[in-house]
Amino acid sequence: MLPEERKTTHRKEVSTLDHVVIRLAGDSGDGMQLAGLKFTTASVIFGNDISTFPDFPGEIRAPAGTLAGVSGFQIHFSSNIISTPGDELDALVVMNPAALRVNLADLKPNGILIVNQDTFSAKNLKKAGYNQNPLEDDSLRNFRVYPVSITTLNQTAVESEELTFKQINLTKNFFALGLISWLFDRPLTSTVEWIEEKFKHRPTIINANIKTLKAGYNYGETTELFPIQYHVPPAKMDPGLYKYISGNEALSLGLIAAANLAKKEIFYGAYPITPASDLLHELVKHKEFGIRVFQAEDEIAAIGSAIGASFGGLLGVAGTSGPGFSLMTEALGLAVITELPLVVINVQRAGPSTGMPTKPEQGDLLQALFGRNGESPLPVIAPQTPGDCFETAIEAVRIAMKYMTPVVILSDGFVANTIDPWKIPDISQYEQIEVQHPSKEILKGSERFYPYLRNENLVRPWAIPGTEGLEYRTGGLEKEDKTGGVSYDPLNHEKLVKTRAEKIRRITKDIQIQKVEGPKRGDLLVLSWGSTYGAAYTAAENMRKQGFSVSNANLKYLNPFPQNLEEILQSYEKILIPEMNLGQLQFLIQARYSIKTTGLAKVQGRPIQVREIQNKISTILGVE
Amino acid sequence: MKKSEQVLAPKDFATDLDVRWCPGCGDYSILANIKKTLPTLDIPKENIVFISGIGCSSRFPYYMNTYGMNTIHGRAPTFATGLKCSRPDLSVWVITGDGDGLSIGGNHLMHAMRRNVDIKILLFNNQIYGLTKGQYSPTSIFGKRTKSSPTGSLDYAVNPISWALGAEASFIARTVYSYGDHMREVLRRAADHKGTAFIEIYQNCLIFNDGTFKYATDKELRYDNILELKHGEPMVFGRDREKGIFLHGLTPKVIKYKEAGFTEYDLLIHDEYATEPTLAFFLSRMRHPHFPEPVGVFRAIQKETYDGMLEQSMREAIEARTKSFQELLHEGETWTVT
Repeated sequence: MLPEERKTTHRKEVSTLDHVVIRLAGDSGDGMQLAGLKFTTASVIFGNDISTFPDFPGEIRAPAGTLAGVSGFQIHFSSNIISTPGDELDALVVMNPAALRVNLADLKPNGILIVNQDTFSAKNLKKAGYNQNPLEDDSLRNFRVYPVSITTLNQTAVESEELTFKQINLTKNFFALGLISWLFDRPLTSTVEWIEEKFKHRPTIINANIKTLKAGYNYGETTELFPIQYHVPPAKMDPGLYKYISGNEALSLGLIAAANLAKKEIFYGAYPITPASDLLHELVKHKEFGIRVFQAEDEIAAIGSAIGASFGGLLGVAGTSGPGFSLMTEALGLAVITELPLVVINVQRAGPSTGMPTKPEQGDLLQALFGRNGESPLPVIAPQTPGDCFETAIEAVRIAMKYMTPVVILSDGFVANTIDPWKIPDISQYEQIEVQHPSKEILKGSERFYPYLRNENLVRPWAIPGTEGLEYRTGGLEKEDKTGGVSYDPLNHEKLVKTRAEKIRRITKDIQIQKVEGPKRGDLLVLSWGSTYGAAYTAAENMRKQGFSVSNANLKYLNPFPQNLEEILQSYEKILIPEMNLGQLQFLIQARYSIKTTGLAKVQGRPIQVREIQNKISTILGVE
Repeated sequence: MKKSEQVLAPKDFATDLDVRWCPGCGDYSILANIKKTLPTLDIPKENIVFISGIGCSSRFPYYMNTYGMNTIHGRAPTFATGLKCSRPDLSVWVITGDGDGLSIGGNHLMHAMRRNVDIKILLFNNQIYGLTKGQYSPTSIFGKRTKSSPTGSLDYAVNPISWALGAEASFIARTVYSYGDHMREVLRRAADHKGTAFIEIYQNCLIFNDGTFKYATDKELRYDNILELKHGEPMVFGRDREKGIFLHGLTPKVIKYKEAGFTEYDLLIHDEYATEPTLAFFLSRMRHPHFPEPVGVFRAIQKETYDGMLEQSMREAIEARTKSFQELLHEGETWTVT
């Protein structure tokens, strides 16, 4: 009997909620990411708005049962439009003691805690650092604890199939998925279809996974353990065709879109690095759209090859994360002084140095703006949501080619891995990106080509090899104005330093003005940037609902700033800047506008939560 | 590659920038010979690109009226790789030196060669850091006394040809800055080669390392100290071509073969096209003063180039494309909200 057929015959109480945050956690090998994704698919098909965030361990194969090996997947699903993967958990499913220990702090008081009690052996408890079994010592009394023998129940469910011990173990995530699918009233259809497609040549595996999935579902329904089933009605989403997308996927698609809009091939140079490697994996699949991918020997070669490609008339793009971005520093300076178009993507992670590769941070803002020798300004932009990564990639390519400049995209491990529903854009609605390469005509009869003669935007022509009569040399030495020859003349140097800076400053006239959500003047503005948008927006919105004068603005353009930013900042009594670093945007804003602000710094390798911002707002406004 | 429609002359490759190498620098001769060679290659000037790193040699692109880029220290092969992989129609030349190419840029040099990117790498080897005013370089001989090694350097020297062989470059040659005809012939061979061509050019730094290659440049000394490699020919040298290279077990030996009662054909015969680099490696180990140093082409083999394979895969993918970008966006699990 399929669960859907029983919808009208609930025997248990059904409680309707408007949003729920759950997390599935277990050992890296327990399949929690997959179970989470399937739950997500069922939720979006059901019609909820969702936002998810995976939490991977740093080690590829940490020893089983240890704290280092815990992997989690968090899903926020709602009957309203949401913009974060959620703060505190309404429900937590843990497959072993280590997962309990790592995740319990995030569970709300009285939250649902489903525990695979089979794994709470003396050995596993010890590995997780428990002296006593928390299931027996009353330490979990503040939660609604549901001990379930997931391992045993799974074994029973699949015993009629001929599976090895290892294979049996691999199916237990589907039991857990079945159980929470019942608990939160999710249909199983999409998961069943996925299993049938995925294992289409292995009928035994199909049968086993489907059997245990349904066994988990039926267990929830029949056992006395769970008195209540929870229902989250569909959300009112903007009509259209949707898919779900991660920030990294959206950045990749955005680059392909930009190639399409500019009718240019893109050259992507990269060296594998977490959490940016997904860009490399995705882009290499799309040669047919003119994406040339080069896996370089290091990040220096990645950016060098990209600049070489740009010199040749393709659009060079280099993707990396913090440590790799540091290696790219010198070459970025070369792109600044040669004035070649280039896009560098830094999917930030917790630093300094190797830091915490799988954990997000926004610690590279000042490095992106200032981390080069000499005066070498360049545009910096940051995506705020997974969907916005698509738009950001297109915008970066547009600015790079229009202004002959390297552009840095500051993504981070949070927005890169967050999966959101995404209304599929109609590419025909986007403006084409105009690109021009001069031909011999530009000489107008004269013999001499001026590769650094500028247009009204102070932009030089993008002459490319193969063009007769425009042969020119460029490089890292200071250029003579207009001719591009080598010059050590003091006044020439000062003029060119100022010109390059002015060119970047003027881009402010060509970007969207800063938007504000909430009152245009008021008590408090929450000024966030990049991926902190979701939490900042939600916190401000919650405060507005409670009647407070709180607005929020999320900066996408970090350099140059939008031209109306100063006016906005002057329209509020107080300004709160939440960011995943020790106050880098705050530093910039205070230095630039001489405005006093309050920071909310969080550097835990985890995104800032809504309640943290809300608490800070309350403190600033002096409310309880 | 496009053929040149005009007949070009060396002067067509001159720029209006003053050449700023020290008077008497070996680089002048290399510049002159490259300017003489390019018009013979039948490649339009606008399709030639010189890319360099940092150092005396790396000023080179500024003095050539082609497209050019003077990049950052040691990284020229990366820019050249990106350019050639994006624009396979161009003739891309890398100008580097012993410090730029073998010290800071050793990694990139190695990877460009092992990928067999179709670029021509000219390494001007003067065994010294010139632009920074006279410190020992990776090719300086062990014990070299310089400003940064007043009691003699403790660094064992890099052997550039062995390095190139280890990285499996498909074309490897050596010439000397003062050998006009020889250098032009080697440059032409490199230009015609499909794949990475690596040429070590001995160059004299008049200021900081004068006379290092005297054994190779002096008209008299040269006879006994240089072995000119020619494919299919026995390895003979000396004023009267009386000496030759004889393989004794796995060790090359110099013998006066005529005195010893042998003929030329008992000597080692050069084979540029040998699939295995063994012979070329023997030759690369023959160093002054124990052996005559070989000049000419050590190795010239054919294998697919990285840029060629990438270009082909791009063309095939683009031709085989069945979907629009909009259709790509629609791929995967989708749902409609009404």
